[in-house]
Amino acid sequence: MVKEDFLSGNEAVAEGAIAAGCRFFAGYPITPSTEILEKMARLLPQVGGRFIQMEDEMASIAAIIGASRTGKKTMTATSGPGFSLMQENIGFAIMTETPIVIVNVQRGGPSSGQPTVSSQGDVMQTRWGTHGDHSIIVMAPNSAQECFDLTIEAFNLAENYRTPVIILSDAEIGHMRERVLIEKGRKLKKRIRFKDGRVAFPFGFDFESHELVPPFPVFGRKNRVHVTGLTHNIVGYPKTCDSGVQENLLRRIIDKIELNKSKICKVEIFNPGADILIVTYGSPSRAALEVVKNNKDIGLLRLITLWPFADEELMMLAKNVESILVLEMNEGQMLSEIERFARRAGCQRIEFLPKVGGNLHHPHEIELKIMEMKGT
Amino acid sequence: MTGIFDFYRKDRWPHMFCPGCGNGIIMNCLYEAFTDAALDIDKTVFVSGIGCSSRIPGYIFADSLHSTHGRAIAFATGIKLGNPRLNVIVITGDGDLGSIGGNHFIHACRRNLDLSVICVNNNIYGMTGGQQSSATPHGFVTSTTPLGNIEYPFSLSALAASAGANFVARWTIGHVKKLTKSIRMAFEKDGFSFVEVISSCPTHTGKMNWMSDPVEMIRWLKDNSLSLKKLEMPKDPLSASNPLDLIIQGKIVIGTFRDANRKSYLEQVDGGDKGGQK
Repeated sequence: MVKEDFLSGNEAVAEGAIAAGCRFFAGYPITPSTEILEKMARLLPQVGGRFIQMEDEMASIAAIIGASRTGKKTMTATSGPGFSLMQENIGFAIMTETPIVIVNVQRGGPSSGQPTVSSQGDVMQTRWGTHGDHSIIVMAPNSAQECFDLTIEAFNLAENYRTPVIILSDAEIGHMRERVLIEKGRKLKKRIRFKDGRVAFPFGFDFESHELVPPFPVFGRKNRVHVTGLTHNIVGYPKTCDSGVQENLLRRIIDKIELNKSKICKVEIFNPGADILIVTYGSPSRAALEVVKNNKDIGLLRLITLWPFADEELMMLAKNVESILVLEMNEGQMLSEIERFARRAGCQRIEFLPKVGGNLHHPHEIELKIMEMKGT
Repeated sequence: MTGIFDFYRKDRWPHMFCPGCGNGIIMNCLYEAFTDAALDIDKTVFVSGIGCSSRIPGYIFADSLHSTHGRAIAFATGIKLGNPRLNVIVITGDGDLGSIGGNHFIHACRRNLDLSVICVNNNIYGMTGGQQSSATPHGFVTSTTPLGNIEYPFSLSALAASAGANFVARWTIGHVKKLTKSIRMAFEKDGFSFVEVISSCPTHTGKMNWMSDPVEMIRWLKDNSLSLKKLEMPKDPLSASNPLDLIIQGKIVIGTFRDANRKSYLEQVDGGDKGGQK
């Protein structure tokens, strides 16, 4: 069954969360993400879920991690300043392998910056914001429809890999209204749980199946599990001075994402075989789409999953192009990652067209830049 | 009900606490209160933040969450709302609850969600080596107040009472019977309940303030406590010698600070289903 609606990106995120089975939301108001909080406050009681407005963003993410440990699918939404406050507990969710979904509707920064206008300044913060080695899944929608679709996808990935998943939206996507098709009865991923009763190795690696994601112990199911953010052994007990324990744990929580990159990473490719390739994601990709629709000699790689980085897809395209144009609404955050892999594939010319301050890329200025690249 | 050696995880002993630490006394009182209240251990989650006392849940043979510094109550809020059938008990310290987690503490009192919070107040940051906390008494020497503390301590119990918690009590580790009773009452009370235990840290608080002998320190706590009932309220409730302060003229005020029956958070949702066994 498909329902048609006219929603902003933020509203579509909330609808997507409900469709994905999210039944607990904790948050704190912040522009430009507040509509998600407001919509969840209205929607959750209608489906038997719970909503709470917490005292700050640190408490919001703590509450959704706590609720997730009781087996619920949970989400919070914020923007830059609130996202900064959440960093420590993102690490806690990674370390304790607790599935959660965090929506960051980006605004201009640093600090309070530009609350009402768009930016892509948090790309590297989503990757390395919390301290310590880790891996993470981040997705960047470019339409209201994708806000709906990727939110469902985010819950599925979080449940499947027992990890936090971040939806990196921005003020432009969040506040733009578009037609959204709400499809009921999507395939949802269920968290694999331990059976009721004692569990010997709740944080174990299954050497037989080579399964990197252990089943989830749900609080109140007689599993009697100790969950800690300290380095822990497979029993779940703190073992902070044993280098082997840290190495095994860290490698597993990184590998469970990095080794499944081909299943996680989503990209969109237009005009493969063109000499010039645009690489972009989020809001600027809408302008880039206009360009490649009208110019068959320009290719486009749109990153839907930002992290883990789609290096294979990029290298496959980069080895056959003369030059690459990177579009971002920041001073070059993904640029270095794109350069690294494009150079490895043999493409040496990488140009950059940044936009900061809230202005969007115009298709015409992208075309001008490409003409300039062709001319020299 | 299980015996104390089944209540705690034997496979994790010996525990990490220093000789003479008040945590042992509190762990015994906690077990007694839990048994008296006849709570189901398989329907109980213990939550803590960071610090010496926050290591207690890791020794209990139950579901437990050892979370981040100061955020224990926020995690507990999510657990309780995620599954209201669970008893959620927070064990925290004065630094975790009163300093870094102060905001979550007062808002949880205000919200009156059905949680039980036990704060082990040893007046100092024990795990990091004896620094001043927001509950360090005025004049006390710590590693960051080498000439004596010039700040005044929070009275965590007065704070909880005025922020709207349904049940608030303070005892010292020298008052095990009353402490056990108060913890039991906290478990049985609807809404937010808070028990503050003035504990001893002979390793740090004691050593730096001429009480490195644990027995001497417990005796000092006992001799210097004064029942709330015996106090006369001052005319000006905001005066510096407010009897609700942790220490007034060298005395620690003990007793039940508040026993109210404001409607709890959960009583107002889910058609009055209070959840858990509370």
